[in-house]
Parts: sequence; structure tokens; C-alpha cells
Amino acid sequence: MGTVVLKLGNDISTDHIYPGRFMATVLPSETPQFCFADMTEFNARLRNKAVPPGSVIVAGQNFGCGSSREQAASTLKGHDLIVVAPGFARIFLQNAINLGLRTVICPEIEASEGDELEIGADSVTNVTSGKRFASQPLPKARQAIVDAGGLIPYARKLVVEQAS
Amino acid sequence: MGMTIVQKILARAAGRSSVAIGDVVEPRVDLAMSHENAALVINQFHEIYKGTGLEPHLWDPDRIAIIFDHRVPAESSKTATNQKKIRDFVAKHGIGRFHDLRGDEGGICHQILPESGYVLPGRVVVGTDSHTTSHGALGAFAFGVGATEMAAVWALGRVLNVEVPDTIKVVVDGTLPATVLPKDLILHLIGRISAEGANFKVIEFHGDTIERMSTSGRLTLCNMSVEAGATSGIVPPDAETVRYLREEAGVSDEVDLTGPDAGASYSETIEINAADLAPQLACPHTVDHVKPVVDVAGRKVDQIVIGSCTNGRLDDLEVAAGIVKGKRLAKHVRMLVFPASWRIYKEAMRLGYLSELIDAGAVVMNPGCGCCLGVHQGALGDGEVALSTTNRNFKGRMGNPNSEVYLCSPAVAAASALTGVITDPRG
Ligand code: SF4
Repeated sequence: MGTVVLKLGNDISTDHIYPGRFMATVLPSETPQFCFADMTEFNARLRNKAVPPGSVIVAGQNFGCGSSREQAASTLKGHDLIVVAPGFARIFLQNAINLGLRTVICPEIEASEGDELEIGADSVTNVTSGKRFASQPLPKARQAIVDAGGLIPYARKLVVEQAS
Repeated sequence: MGMTIVQKILARAAGRSSVAIGDVVEPRVDLAMSHENAALVINQFHEIYKGTGLEPHLWDPDRIAIIFDHRVPAESSKTATNQKKIRDFVAKHGIGRFHDLRGDEGGICHQILPESGYVLPGRVVVGTDSHTTSHGALGAFAFGVGATEMAAVWALGRVLNVEVPDTIKVVVDGTLPATVLPKDLILHLIGRISAEGANFKVIEFHGDTIERMSTSGRLTLCNMSVEAGATSGIVPPDAETVRYLREEAGVSDEVDLTGPDAGASYSETIEINAADLAPQLACPHTVDHVKPVVDVAGRKVDQIVIGSCTNGRLDDLEVAAGIVKGKRLAKHVRMLVFPASWRIYKEAMRLGYLSELIDAGAVVMNPGCGCCLGVHQGALGDGEVALSTTNRNFKGRMGNPNSEVYLCSPAVAAASALTGVITDPRG
């Protein structure tokens, strides 16, 4: 069960999630401080640890559009957030899967800030409103990366196989 | 069933006779490009090898390109230190295609790749930059990846888990009116299909307008295809591609001109009559918020930007210089010009474009990304309006969430610089 801590509209870009002026900061251990940096209140709550791990961002279509910057995924992963949206931009979705950030494609999702969501294998239940919404499973090729614990362990196994 | 050009490229790169849309393949990579974000790629590359007892090993240092462009010269000690780490890594591993901040070889990655002859038709190009789509202008399948995905490419030489994408066919016929440029065409298309209209798909460009278009214009189209969500844009290679490669990129190798099959299947076909197009603007704060310039004409602007990987090439500077030549910019306007590479800078200097721009009041900056992404140089003040030939206008893109960015062609930018308000270049 996770609480919706932020509700966003369509076309939220990676400039929005992780503004370009912080791009010199690259390490996943350092990027969480600049998460939604231009939304000063939300950013302050994150930095003050007022947002519990497993909290949910509900967004609109095309979340993560724009730049390929991986910081946009690592900054959210650093706070253990889950993103539920009707659709994601391609590079962002791949980065999220590669880093183990949980993303749920849920075309009909309806939720408000403060609602409690139960995220299942093929649906999202809004416990507060009592409504259930179907979600789309990840394509098999991507699920394999998730199952391996992210792209680093997945690629590590292939590198070892290649060397032997 | 016939194949699209990207299906053919992926089949070859995966060692198969054919691939169907939705198949998962692992194509071999011909060129892997990064810029300053190579600092993160290097970190993730070392992570992959952690605990394996193996020495980190690049699959092919000659197929890796690293270009410094995003923050040159370094705007902070942090960037400078990252750049130093990358230089050390490049030297240690013998990376062949490294372009540092230098007048004899530097510039924006999406200009350096084509002009150096690194991109050939039929090849697979990946880059840790979303505008890697640009290189489809030369008939390559070129797409953006994240840093960790690139680290896996550095180690393995192939991209893992690529789904063969569906393709939208865009057919453009007719002659573009005077001062209506490829930028207006791509803005129109993005406005028409929306910022997610081509998500997970490729845009294949056809039609006589495209056949007559220079590689520079094709680079503008493919560059901005990602703003409609496309995995890549691509132009089937033709005589113009060969001309560009021979005359401008110094390529003497044989060039493969394979195009799509006549019976290829497309998710949809979009037809555009070039003669109907007018100058376009992408209004704040999304690239698909597109309107004809006439609808917004008269809006006061503070800063004009000409440059970037989208419109910082010689023909763009020629258009801008031609408009401002012998005139002066409006008093309250500042105009920043960023040529896309030092080669273009020198050529524009030789042809007199730079002095024409400077005499009018423009400031010519060093080639690089400059203010395109709001990291350094040319930030906007609260409440200010910029008119820019770059490719993104998201809130805060030019360093200030309390400012507005309109995107346009170099002709609209230059005409507006003279009046100080958004102006239709057709007069
Ligand atoms: S000029 Fe702008 S869009 Fe192009 S590579 Fe640089 S930052 Fe990206």
C-alpha cells in the first residue's frame, strides 16, 4: 500500500523531474537531492524525509518525455517512489527498468493526492475510492531485466558468460 | 511482407534474414556516442564488472565516440572534474573518436558525428542523448539510450532487448514557400500528431520535398522527431546522402543505399503539402503547442537564440545573417548565436556571416550546447521571453522556470530580432 504524494498532468519532462542545471551531478547516490527541484515544497519534503519509501506519484500521459538523462530515473529511485501513469516516454521507461525504479502503466488511473493505492500484478486498486484499474504488464524482454534486479546485474551475468 | 528501413537495419545487425514488428532483438552497434554524461557511463561500466574478477574491457574503443559539448568551457569545478575523469578514461582505453573542447575538432555531438563521417546509412547508432535521432538523416537507425544501457553496450557491443518498432510514414510533397524552412515543417508535424504521437515508433520521411532537401534540413527533421516521442526519425539514403558523405564528411567507403521495401507496412501514413505551410512557433511550455507565427505576432521578446544541434548549421546562419545584414537589432533585444561546430564557425567567418551578425548586434558564442539546456550561459530572467531555434521549450529549459521559451526557425528568429517582437519573416 502506498500513498499518493504527488499528482501531475501530461507530458512531465525530464527537465521538470531533474532540471538541466543539476546535470553535472551524476551519481545515483547524489541525484536524489535535486528531485523535482523547481517544485520547491515537494523537493523540501523529500529532502526532509517526510515522504515515506513506497509512496506513489500519479502522472498523466507521456511521463518522462524529453532528455535521456538517467538522473530523472535515479533521483526518483533514490526516494523509493513508484510512478503510476497511463503512459511513459520510451527512454525514461527503459532507464526506470534498468535502474529498478517501479513504473506502472495504468491507462485509466484515477487518484488524488492522499489516496491509498494497492499495486497488484495486473491492476491498481485505489483503496480510498474503492475503484480498481487494470494495468499493463511489462513486455517480457523488460521483465527479465526487472527480475535480474536491474540492468547492472543483468549485464554482469552476460559479461561473465562472454569471458568464459 | 516487406520491411521498413529500420526493420532491414535491425535484421542485418541482429544477423537475421528478417524481423517482424515487436520482435525482441539485440543489434550489434556500429557507433556508440556519449557527451559529458560519459562520466555516469564510466561509473556504471565499472559497476558491471564489480565482483566479477574481470578487468573492465571495452568491446571496441574505435566504435565509441565522446564529444564534449554540453558544458564547454566547463561552468563549474564539478563539470571540469568530470571532464578530466573522462579524458583520463579515454586515454587509458584508447577511445578513438574523442572530440575535446578544441577549435580544430570540437562542436555539438549531433553535428560532429555527421560532419566527421562517423555515420553511414544502414548502421546502428546509439547515443546517451535523446536527439541521437538526428542521425537518421543519413539513413542510419539512431536512437537515444540511458547511461546504464550505454555501459552495457560498451561492455557487450550490442543493445539488449530492443523491440523492433512500428513506423509512421510521413510523405511531404511540394515546394516550401520562401522563408518557410524544414524547422517549420517539423514543428507543424509535431503540433499535428502531438508530443507522444510517435511514442515507441519510427518516423520515415518520404516525398519530393524531402528528396530535394539538403542533409542539413534532414538533420533538423530527424533531430526533432523525438519531440513527437519517436524512437528515431529516418530518411531513406539517396544521391544527396552520398553527396554529403563524399563532399562534406570525407567518406570514401562504399555507401549502402538500401531503402524500405515497396510493400513495407506502416502504422499510418501522414501526407503534408509543403506549399501550404507557413512559419510556425512552438509556444510555452510544450513542443507540441504549435501555432502559426501570425497568431502570436507582436509578442515582445527579450532574448533570441540561434544555434544548437537543430539549427546551428551553415545554412541556418546564412539565413539569419541575410536577414539582419546591414541592419541593427531592436534596442531591448539580445541575440546569442551558437554555431553547431567549429568547422561551421570557421566557414561562417570566412563567408562573412559572423561579422554581419555581430555588426547587427548579435553575440557569437563558442560552438556547444550553450543556453539550449539551461546549464550555463544565456539564462533568462524572471518573466523574460526567449525566441529560440533550439528544440525544447519545457518549463525551466533555459535555466529559469519563471520564463518562457518559443521555438522557431532561424528566419523567424532573425526577423524578430530586428523588431523586438515575434515577427513573420514573410513581411
Ligand atoms: S544543443 Fe541542446 S538539444 Fe542539442 S545536444 Fe546540445 S543540449 Fe541537446
